[in-house]
Amino acid sequence: MCGIIGVIDRTMSRMDGSSIKRALSLMDERGSGEGAGYVAYGIYPDYPDCYAIHVFFDNLLEPKSTVDRILQTWGRIAHQEEIPTYDQPGLKKEHIPWRYFFKPYTDLMVGTTSPADDTVKHIVMAINSTVEGALVFSSGINLGVFKAAGWPEDVANFYRIEDYKGYIWLAHNRYPTNTPGWWGGAHPFNLLDWAVVHNGEITSYGTNRRYVESNGYKCTMSTDTEVVAYLFDLLGRRHGLPSEIVVGALAPPFWDEIDEMPQKQEEFMRVLRLTYGPALMNGPFAIVVATKDGIVGFTDRIKLRPLVVGEKGPLLYISSEEAAIRVMDPDIESIYMPRAGEPVVGRVMV
Amino acid sequence: MSLGSVPLKYRISIDRDQCMKCMRCVDNCSYGVYRLENDRILIDSRKCTACHRCISMCPRDAIMLQEKPVDYRSHPLWTVEAREDIINQARTGKIILAGMGNAIDYPIIFDRLVLDACQVTNPSIDPLREPMELRTYLGKKPAKMEFTKNNGDVELKTKLSPNLKLDTPIMIGHMSYGAISLNAQLSLAKAVAKTGTFMGTGEGGMHEAIYPYQDHTIVQIASGRFGVDINYLERGAAIEIKIGQGAKPGIGGHLPGEKVCSDVSCTRMIPMGSDAISPAPHHDIYSIEDLAQLVRSLKEATNWEKPVFVKIAAVHNVAAIAAGIARSSADAVVIDGFRGGTGAAPKVFRDNVGIPIEAAVAAVDQKLNDQGIRNQVSVIASGGIRNSADLAKSIALGADAVYIGTAALIALGCRVCGNCYRGMCPWGIATQKPELVQRIDPELGSQHVANLIHAWTLELSELMGAAGLNSIESLRGNRERLRGYMLDEGLLNVLKVGSVGA
Repeated sequence: MCGIIGVIDRTMSRMDGSSIKRALSLMDERGSGEGAGYVAYGIYPDYPDCYAIHVFFDNLLEPKSTVDRILQTWGRIAHQEEIPTYDQPGLKKEHIPWRYFFKPYTDLMVGTTSPADDTVKHIVMAINSTVEGALVFSSGINLGVFKAAGWPEDVANFYRIEDYKGYIWLAHNRYPTNTPGWWGGAHPFNLLDWAVVHNGEITSYGTNRRYVESNGYKCTMSTDTEVVAYLFDLLGRRHGLPSEIVVGALAPPFWDEIDEMPQKQEEFMRVLRLTYGPALMNGPFAIVVATKDGIVGFTDRIKLRPLVVGEKGPLLYISSEEAAIRVMDPDIESIYMPRAGEPVVGRVMV
Repeated sequence: MSLGSVPLKYRISIDRDQCMKCMRCVDNCSYGVYRLENDRILIDSRKCTACHRCISMCPRDAIMLQEKPVDYRSHPLWTVEAREDIINQARTGKIILAGMGNAIDYPIIFDRLVLDACQVTNPSIDPLREPMELRTYLGKKPAKMEFTKNNGDVELKTKLSPNLKLDTPIMIGHMSYGAISLNAQLSLAKAVAKTGTFMGTGEGGMHEAIYPYQDHTIVQIASGRFGVDINYLERGAAIEIKIGQGAKPGIGGHLPGEKVCSDVSCTRMIPMGSDAISPAPHHDIYSIEDLAQLVRSLKEATNWEKPVFVKIAAVHNVAAIAAGIARSSADAVVIDGFRGGTGAAPKVFRDNVGIPIEAAVAAVDQKLNDQGIRNQVSVIASGGIRNSADLAKSIALGADAVYIGTAALIALGCRVCGNCYRGMCPWGIATQKPELVQRIDPELGSQHVANLIHAWTLELSELMGAAGLNSIESLRGNRERLRGYMLDEGLLNVLKVGSVGA
């Protein structure tokens, strides 16, 4: 059991983090005070073409010099600093959160049509699997993840998330069963432009993990959620599938339903399921995924975890609980519950 | 000097108080254990194979069978079998023939693997109340979906290669007409048609009686090419090239002339009474590229409308060989483990050559995964799958589906006596003698085999539901749902499975 909430302003006007902090804290019943986190899109407008690499360092000696060296090998560091934090009585600072604004060279990676993204992906995988004392937990452009082990309000205050303004926010209140107290285990998970918050347990993890590993990803976070980010990256970015179709692959309709579809749609879904069978996610989950272009929320195929959607004008909310949406927006205009596996998509209007 | 006789393997005795001399044992035993003399049923225990036909037919449970009624001096190295094989070979100077699968007491890896179930953090799924998907497609799959976007509309460009659609991931492996009787094959064919799956024809061609079920058959091309013509290829739903067999990797096959009756001779397209000898290799396949050519030739001959499988025995280098096959146009690789059954094999091969299916399928799955092509080709596991747990474990180790052979025959009456090569099967399975063959009623036989497939399917659904999975593709290769119990680290690493408790 965990609590999740996401919001997008489809006109891209930016909100500060104070109201999502309130919403997430309202769902403390769903957490255990051992992990919470936030991601916001649009927070680094001063670095519009740099990857914002957030790293947890155990110290600023060997791990940091190794990471500096890796980054300088693959590109240029435009700016770097410690992420400002503010001591909270209820939160023990286990790591030093650091951020780099990084521009990868695009001529070092061969065999790819998106060398900048693939270079950064490679760097993230390399650091997380080989550098002791360093963990990259955020690696997208103009976005940032802020997470730690603690209650949502403590984590928010630790980073002072009200100082950041984004047009998309996702947040997560964790009740860990695996890796409790580990900052890396808190959500959101992020890779490049993808961020994921997840409530549930993926029973198909072993299969999904082998599939992403066979496509060059390394699972290093000891949790099933990171695989969702990699699946979205593989299907959405590398294979170019629109997000509704990615959801169709991850939580497809049942064969009985597909058999009843009109011929063209039936063929499409059959090809999708056959091609992406190892990407199908099983087990109870409710997930919200974000990119710079929007958010998509969906549940497993038999909806074993709750998901509620609220809308008001350009604002779209997706949450575990209706109350969390209402605390962010008391004047919410419509509230509904999507069907199992149904993608809820909020796209920026440009 | 005479070597004398070896002790009886089995002793049969009759409880004379119970026996009513109904003569069923006399009539049913094709090996001639029983005869009536002076109103008394006499017993020649030496002829007994422990096929249990008499016992199962005795209305009074009057027949008792004891295995190894005579003790040898026990010795850990010089087992009874070792001593008797030597005596046998000293007498004959020949290769020892044997039937059924590997009979050596190797550890059974399946029995050292345990499955997972949900507790608290995820709910188990009740297959009686929620959908449970076992539908399995066998064949080539694309690496990614290709499509075009026309003002918001997504238009599919990918064209799928033909795939077999299975309602359950259980198929019946290749047992040829000749090795088994027509009634046995007909029972299997009717059973797979009833349960929405497929059976292999074996390498003996296809008898007319099977034609009504041809859409549920996979026609086999083996090194003898028996019964192969374009008509045969076109009848099958898929085609399988048999390179090797788990019970006897590296060698061919031999159907004795006695089994080649007129019907078998017509179906196999060979003279009546002649031995049907399949050479050890295919003499047009001396390398992987030759295999790729044959795959393409078969596809070309059948208009690229049928999936082509390639079956190999699980040998030491099985993973690399399978990866080579996956690079041809082949749609599926069949891996036959060293416990796979056979009508007849040299005992030394049956018992000593090849590796277990559990390790083989895991290694193949891993190799294909490492090479990024696992989902593009199907993997079928066979050789010693005894129940739905073995089935579930095979899939979790990386198989798409399994072939069963011996299990299906047991559903027809077989008691695994291992005398298939003698052609006198009292159950009417591994024989061509009309009076024995007619003991199988194909309608009833098919119901038993269909019941078995249905029962395993139900059990697989329950196991998946308990593990929180509602679709078979989420079990495939899912090592997280397996743990090894008392397996050594080397093997755990090959299987890519953690230890219990870890």
